[in-house]
Amino acid sequence: MTNHLAVEMKGITKTFGDLRANDSVDIKITKGTIHAIIGENGAGKSTLMNILYGMYHPDSGTIYINGNEAVIHSPADAIKLGIGMVHQHFMLVNTLTVLENIILGDEVTGALNTIDKRRSRQKVKQILNNFDINIGLEEITGTLSIGTQQKIEIIKLLYRNAEILILDEPTAVLTPQETDELFKTLKVLKAEGKTILLITHKLNEVLGISEFITVLRNGKVTGNTETKDTDKDQLAGMILGGSFESIKRKQNSPAEEFILEIIGVSVRSDKGLPAVKDLSFEVHRGEIIGIAGVEGNGQHELIEAICGLRDYSGSFILNGKPADKDLPVAHIPANRHKHGIVMEYNLAENVLLGREGEAEFSTGVSIKEKALRAYTERLIKKYDIRPAEADLLIGGLSGGNQQKVVAAREMSKHTDLIVVSHPTRGLDIKAADFVHSVLLEESAKGKGIILVSSDLGELLKLSDRIAVMFNGKINAMLDSATTNEREIGSYMLGLSGSGGDKG
Amino acid sequence: MKYFKYSAGPLISIILSLIIGAIFIILIGQDPAEVYVKMFTDTLGNSYGIGQVLFKATPLILTGLSVAFAFRAGLFNIGAEGQMTVGAFASAWAGFTFTSMPWIVLIPLCIISGFLAGAFWAAIAGYLKARFGSHEVINTIMLNFIAMALVSYLVNNIYLVPATIHTPEISPNAVLLRFDVITGMFKGSPFNLSFVIAAAVCIIIYYVIRKTPFGYRINTLGYNINAAEYAGMNVKRLTVYAMAIAGGLAGLAGLNFVNGYKHYFELGFSENAGYVGIAVALIARNNPFAIIIIAVFFGVLEYGGLTVNTLVPKEIVTILQGIIILLIITITKYFDKKFKLAKA
Amino acid sequence: MKTTINLILSFILALTITSCGKKENTENNTGKLKVGLVFDVGGRGDKSFNDAAYRGLEKAKQELGIEFEYIEPGPGADREAALRQFSSRKDIAVIFGIGFIFTDEITKIAQEFPDKKYACVDYTVDPSKTIPPNLVALEFKEEEGSFLVGAIAGLLTKSNKVGFVGGMDSPLIKKFQVSYEAGVKHVNPGGQILVGYAGVTGDAFKNPGRGKELALGQYNDGVDIIYHASGVTGLGVFEAAREMKKFAIGVDSDQNDEAPGYIITSMVKVVDVSVFEVIKEVKEGTFKGGRVETFGLKTKGVDYAYTDKNKHMIPDEVKAKVEVIRQDIIDGKITIPTK
Repeated sequence: MTNHLAVEMKGITKTFGDLRANDSVDIKITKGTIHAIIGENGAGKSTLMNILYGMYHPDSGTIYINGNEAVIHSPADAIKLGIGMVHQHFMLVNTLTVLENIILGDEVTGALNTIDKRRSRQKVKQILNNFDINIGLEEITGTLSIGTQQKIEIIKLLYRNAEILILDEPTAVLTPQETDELFKTLKVLKAEGKTILLITHKLNEVLGISEFITVLRNGKVTGNTETKDTDKDQLAGMILGGSFESIKRKQNSPAEEFILEIIGVSVRSDKGLPAVKDLSFEVHRGEIIGIAGVEGNGQHELIEAICGLRDYSGSFILNGKPADKDLPVAHIPANRHKHGIVMEYNLAENVLLGREGEAEFSTGVSIKEKALRAYTERLIKKYDIRPAEADLLIGGLSGGNQQKVVAAREMSKHTDLIVVSHPTRGLDIKAADFVHSVLLEESAKGKGIILVSSDLGELLKLSDRIAVMFNGKINAMLDSATTNEREIGSYMLGLSGSGGDKG
Repeated sequence: MKYFKYSAGPLISIILSLIIGAIFIILIGQDPAEVYVKMFTDTLGNSYGIGQVLFKATPLILTGLSVAFAFRAGLFNIGAEGQMTVGAFASAWAGFTFTSMPWIVLIPLCIISGFLAGAFWAAIAGYLKARFGSHEVINTIMLNFIAMALVSYLVNNIYLVPATIHTPEISPNAVLLRFDVITGMFKGSPFNLSFVIAAAVCIIIYYVIRKTPFGYRINTLGYNINAAEYAGMNVKRLTVYAMAIAGGLAGLAGLNFVNGYKHYFELGFSENAGYVGIAVALIARNNPFAIIIIAVFFGVLEYGGLTVNTLVPKEIVTILQGIIILLIITITKYFDKKFKLAKA
Repeated sequence: MKTTINLILSFILALTITSCGKKENTENNTGKLKVGLVFDVGGRGDKSFNDAAYRGLEKAKQELGIEFEYIEPGPGADREAALRQFSSRKDIAVIFGIGFIFTDEITKIAQEFPDKKYACVDYTVDPSKTIPPNLVALEFKEEEGSFLVGAIAGLLTKSNKVGFVGGMDSPLIKKFQVSYEAGVKHVNPGGQILVGYAGVTGDAFKNPGRGKELALGQYNDGVDIIYHASGVTGLGVFEAAREMKKFAIGVDSDQNDEAPGYIITSMVKVVDVSVFEVIKEVKEGTFKGGRVETFGLKTKGVDYAYTDKNKHMIPDEVKAKVEVIRQDIIDGKITIPTK
């Protein structure tokens, strides 16, 4: 009877300190299906999957794989049981070839324990044929697109004979076209009898591809349904535990005057290659300019140049005056852990970041701790940061609340220009919505905002215009009222437009 | 409970190392109890012993602080030994060159000279890192060698008092008095006012690290250099400053011997205080006040080693000291993990 | 966890119990004369200077029935502490400092503890200062011994090139070099002398690798005899001599045993005799402080080694010539440069 179940988890409970990440979770995964696990950030999806993959040990509960009770102490155990996982951040070595990455750690060895590349290649080719995937095995991994790298991760699992594949937010980094292709691959895998577990919070995708859905909320299962029996509103209700109304689109229109004029700016990448090529556009007062593009087409370098973190040629004109290197600009960086916060600092100390020299917080000799604390508490209240404790280490906050701290700090800097990169990456719907409303509010105050995002829905919702970057240039400047995701996607891939120069 | 969590590691490792030490002592045919009792009573059992211990601790406080301060900025200062050496020489040089000055001028001059010489020496390593990206560990180690050779050259060829290995004596106005002379306590021990300077510097550094915008920037640099850069801090300049201050602190460590004890600079004076400072900072978790306590503990080890030298050969004492340090570092790490003290 | 703590506690208990019964065998006064000795930086095992002092102690123990203890303080601030440690002990009557670097400390401590007796080997005599009445300064005329071994090298060299390897480049070791050079030139005005130093710090006395490197260089340049004044570093010089089948001259002690057949002779300083003599004087009540006791060629306080082990390497006519020079030095007919 249980034989048709690939995975069954019973009464899984896992606590981290006071937090119940999973609270007697029961879940059944039918063999040969695509099963989506959805929920807000911090709902316990990743914890549950990490338990299945052997990264965490549950405090209580039992796991059955193919009907047999299994004890999974480590990912190595999981792999032996036929379970594989593709993480949000790929575990690939950029300098190795595709083939080398696939066989790494599980090489076919020949005489004297040397790697038998010929036989390895045969084995990998077989897999590619079986699942109708097309990749050049001798290409250097780091030069390939994100979508292709993700495929490599999947092939790695198949190479290790995984029957159960866990994918953690696989579409977060993909263009619509790449997403389509991923889903095509997943369907082939399903047809071949593989079981796929998909962690996501994009409801459209869930409804499009999965057969079963499990919803988690605050560590508990709040819904368990076949996809054909449900719809978006019902799922949203199960995810959020109540009615939830998304904010409206942008209301205000930009003014005529410019806040920032970018004239003929060129920037080089870390490797010294041209990354931004003679690029020009303007940001109006009260305007949000969205910047779309496949990662690695110069968005990152452009942002760093504007924020004074990278050398450039060309000029920036701020409020009509040529600006020197240090533009007064608020910046919400793409990678908040790396660039936006200091994990070892508490909330107040993170609010101080970059502002420790301001007279508001410093006497010149020492930091005004009371003023800082009061200021932080005001921000906590205004931005609804939880837990509302200025002394708490920021590492103890959820991703969404960490992002709120960054946003709160940057928005309160009183600059005319705001640069934002991927502000809602990894955030749940509610937190993302909050960040959006903050950006719209600042825009209504007449600030100019440059918004880089890979979430095209977000760009369409917030922006007045969308600049699509391709190969270091603006391939198209689109009016967000009249464009759509497909059109943006084709400019991103260089299928439409001038295509930039190929040099 | 909190204090237990922080002190359990060091305490258990001390007990464990005493046991291992006992085995060694039995192997060389001595009585461990006798050795330990002598070591304890001769160091902490009388005021002369305490004075010796505090005298030994003084430079370790400053070199420990030096390593800890650099570490706050995410930099490994292996060069405290060389910085201390150039600092000590500079203090002595000021002391025997400007002999006509009154103490109110000369003592600050000696202190500033020591600080600046150490700071300059370390700033070279910091600049090389900031400008060319060469690793500060290599830079500081190489600068140690250069410092030793340079100072040896200066002493041997320019400032040597014939038939000795030291420089001329500093002016009496440059002397940091012994507590023996001031209070009559710690009779005969070289324990001197340098200790007060070291303790004061601890308080200042604590304040700088915890309370000032500059200290905040240093901490940010150490925790997350990328965030520091994104927050608009001049990372390169901060790196040089952090190294310079660390070097200055190590440079002050020479005062204890030069201005406080012998009143001249002598080759080989350091007793590796620069390197021991690394262990001090490590065990004290870079906390300025814990550094004082750990430095005193190392003072007990060092002077205690000397007191039992008649019973236990020097090599065995050195082995024991090494074992104690290793155990403290590893067992403390173990307890950190157990009690989840280390930040994730 | 709990068991571990129990284990540790019982172990400590066991240690304390077993050791209680043995307590009385130290620091008791057996009525014997007790000597405390503080070694130089090199410490015991340098096969030279410090070991010679130790031999003096052993000899006194056997022949005079004394007891002794020693401390090896290393470089830095511990010399005074070590001297003070012995001085504050009731059972210790005589305290030795081995090496010139004790000069300042032992003078100070001797003044502080007038009831104890002190002796310092290689004490640096400063004519402007008086030596405390309970301290005897033991001075060795190394330049006389070095001059003699220089003469031996100058007479024996076949390549007409001899070498010198010093430890730390300092005026003290320069004295060895300069007087050795003078000895060579005295018998062989056309002789060439190559000079090398191992370093500029105290560590230069503890670096045999560097010693070997320097010696190999000199041998390759045609040198056939090297005199070293470099502590443990000299062991590397001997190694090089053995490897190149050339010759070396030892220092401080008779170092023949370090490389038999390759060490022509050694410039011997009778540190052992000086230590023994001081202890003997104390024991017999004839100790007289406040003065310098000089050990030169005249009293055989310094000499060159000439024993059954090495006399085949020094031909009789050479020995005869050297003996003439010895007499000339004693008679003051030859003045030896030291700088």
